[in-house]
Formats: sequence, C-alpha cells, structure tokens
Amino acid sequence: MSEALVALSGVSKTYPSGTLALDPLDLAVREGELLTLLGPSGCGKSTVLRLIAGLERPSSGEVEGAVWRPGEIGFVFQEATLMPWADVAANVSLPLRLQKVPAREARQRCDEVLALVGLAPFAKAFPSELSGGMRMRVSIARALVSRPRLLLMDEPFAAIDEIGRFQLNDDLLRLKAELATTIIFVTHSVYEAVYLATRVVVMAARPGRIAAEVAVDQSFHRAPDGRTSAAYLDLCGRVSKALAQAAKAVP
Amino acid sequence: MKALRRAVPPILAFLGFLVAWEAIVRTANIPPYVLPAPSLVGATLVADRAILLPALGVTLTITLEGLAAATLGGVLIAILFAQWRWLERAFLPFAVILQVTPIIAIAPLLLIYCTPATAVLLCAFLVAFFPILANTTLGLASAERNLRDLFALYGASRWQTLWLLKMPAALPFFFAGLRIGGGLALIGAIAAELTAGTQGGRTGLAFRIVEAGYRLNIPRMFAALALIALTGIAIYAALAALSHWALRHWHESAPEAP
Repeated sequence: MSEALVALSGVSKTYPSGTLALDPLDLAVREGELLTLLGPSGCGKSTVLRLIAGLERPSSGEVEGAVWRPGEIGFVFQEATLMPWADVAANVSLPLRLQKVPAREARQRCDEVLALVGLAPFAKAFPSELSGGMRMRVSIARALVSRPRLLLMDEPFAAIDEIGRFQLNDDLLRLKAELATTIIFVTHSVYEAVYLATRVVVMAARPGRIAAEVAVDQSFHRAPDGRTSAAYLDLCGRVSKALAQAAKAVP
Repeated sequence: MKALRRAVPPILAFLGFLVAWEAIVRTANIPPYVLPAPSLVGATLVADRAILLPALGVTLTITLEGLAAATLGGVLIAILFAQWRWLERAFLPFAVILQVTPIIAIAPLLLIYCTPATAVLLCAFLVAFFPILANTTLGLASAERNLRDLFALYGASRWQTLWLLKMPAALPFFFAGLRIGGGLALIGAIAAELTAGTQGGRTGLAFRIVEAGYRLNIPRMFAALALIALTGIAIYAALAALSHWALRHWHESAPEAP
C-alpha cells in the first residue's frame, strides 16, 4: 500500500462526436487497494477504466504506469462476455491460449482459478447452461487466470439479483485477500461501493469529473452484523451525501 | 411429443390438399394429359424410376457440387474481406452484380463459353455463392465489441483473433447463408439444365421435364417436379439439422430447425 501502480494526471477525453466524456482529472491508484468508482451513468466511470487498460487514449494529459504487458490487466465487463461456442474451461483459459502458455500449465492454472471461484465441477459446461451469477464467476476466473497486477471491473454485478450480488461481493473480498491484487471496481450502487472499497471515489456527470473521495475503514467487515452495522450504514450515508452534493454542484 | 403435435396441422393440410386434388380429377373426369391425379403421379414415379432416379442423381450431384464450391469460395473470400477491408470495398460490387443479374439470363452466355456440364455447375455455384459470402462477411464482423477488446488486451495476433473469435462468431450467420444457398443451388442447377435443354450431355431432372413436355407425358412432368420439390425440402432439412447441431451450445441464438 504505497507505490502508485497507475496514475492519471490531467487526463481528459473528448470523443470524435465532440462529447466531453471526462474533464481533466487526477487519480492515483496505489498497489493493493480496492478502489471503487461511484457515480451516475454518463459520468465517465467506464472511460476511466478503458483509459487505464489502454483500450483508449486520453485526449490530453497522461496515464502513467499504464504500459501493460499482455495479461497484466484483467478486465471484467458488465456482461459476462463469454464465448458461447466454448465451454467454461476454454473460456477461462482463453488469456493463456492467446499468450501461448503451454497446454499442461494452462490446464492447471485454469483448474486453480475455477476452484477459487467455486466452479470446479462446471469446467465442461457451456455458458448457456449456467445462471447469470455463475457466468459472471467464469468471467472473473478468466480475468484472474493470467495473474493480473490490476483487475478492472466495470459494473460487473449490475445485472445480477441482490442476493446473488451479496454473495459475489463477499467472494470478491475473499479473492482479494487471497490474491492481493489491486482492483478498480466501477459501480452505481452506494452500498456496493462502500462494502467493497478501501477508498470510494465519487464522480459527477456532464462533464465527468471527480467530486469527492471517501476513505473506508473496513473494520465493519469484522462486526457480526456486517451489512447492517452502524459503522457501515454511517459510511453509506456519508457517501450518499457526497453523491447528492456532486449532482447539485454544476461547475 | 410437442414437436409431433406441431407437425399434425401441416401434415393434415397437405393430405387434405392431395385428397381434394384426387377427388376433383376423378369427379370432373379430367384427362391425365391435362391434369394427372396424385395417385397417377405416384404410380408414374414408381413406373418411371429407371429414368427419373438417374436424372435425380445427376441434378443432385450438380447441386451439391455447386453448393460445395460456393461454400468454399464464399467462406474463403469472406475471410479475405474480413482481413483486408479494402478488398471488400473493391470486390463486393462484382459479387452484387452477379447476384442481381438473373441466372436464367446468364446461363445462355455460359453455354457459349463452357461445355454444358461446366455451365450447369457454374450456374449452381453462382447463385449459391452470394448469400454465403454476404452472410459470412457480416458474421465475421459481428463479434461482440467487449470480446474484441479482450483479445486486444491479451495481445492476440490478427490470426488468433480470426481463428478463435471472428470465425466462431460468424457461424450462425454462415449457416443462415448456407441454408439459403442450398435452396438456390438447386434452382441454379435446374435453370441451367432448362437452358441447356437437349445439348445437355448429362440428363438431369429439368431435362426430363422438358423432354416429357415434348411428348405430352404430363404425369411424368409432375413426377419429376415432385422429385425436385422433395430434393429441395431434403436439402433444406439437412442443412437446418447440420446448423442446429453445430450451434447446439449457443442456446439463445441457435435457430430452431423448422
């Protein structure tokens, strides 16, 4: 928890259509943190992820540290984005196949991550046979199989029912603890943002900018009533307020 | 069970159609050289099998050869188009021109330049080629944007992206084109056989229809026509089954076999 793994300085993004997606913003992501980007739709959260991944170039400013070798970044999209023609094992080992990892090693690493997300018995199943939550687990396993230094998640649980989402939130925290990966997690749910984060960055829309930052003390996770504990709800309240203020303040 | 129940109405309707046809021919005493009854058509089919079945073999062979060539050519060219977009811009208009010009108008010209056998095969190829090319080209460009981003993130090469992403993603489109192409190949073969007429060295079903017409053998014309229709249905059903099998894991996007 010290070095900046990746840092945006004065980064803005204007699309060819003329839409200003991001006002110049600064954001440093430290090694080992779980940063959640919280904001309304259209605030450029996904654009920040795509800039960090190198899928897009900034219109101005610089993304430092973002020269990634293939496999150093794991990306989880809002949809599971699996290949419907390939079974779970083939989907999960796709990154290794693209990097020409030897088949034996690839199989072993694929089995490892499948066990990690609790899908070991489903290696031979096809995406069409799985539930939405299970498909998302496959997608996470695929992002983890290349042992990324940075995991980018773009509203990954938005389409999953609340009970399934709670379960996936806890699983993600467990994976984070086991793998010690840095994670940037985009969401529009205050409760999810606070539950997962070590730091919540609140964004505002039109143009996209950073409105507030809230450091999260995760001690509420150790409380027996985690999701209903006073400490957690208090944090959610503070973040909600910051979000409301951000929406009102038009620059 | 459900599929069986769904098949009942069309089967009943078809049987009703045959019965009505038979009844009208019998009660109105229509002579067979005007309109043969279905029973007579069936009897002719059996009686003339020594003539009709070899003809069916010839037409079917040409159709399948044309379809195979169209599949191979269509897919290969679609892949070239997908890899180099300027090729698509340069050459797709040629394919469109060939497609919009009725094959029946091209056939006489082909008969001047080629032997009848080659001309017939070329016609079957030409009509089946375009839907396969157009659909496969569309399919190769249809891979989900997020999946393409993912391939880019992992540094996939052009050929890895083609082989592991674009080609599998194009499969449903390819099969849609193949089902259309299968029907069209038969039409192309028949149209060319009709144009080639008596110059045809090999006698296919269409030639038998023309010949029977000259001899006023109307029941045999109907029998040959029935064989052509059955062939068309069989080709479509076989391709639909193949498509269903190949796409069985896709679930939502796998087209139902009709």
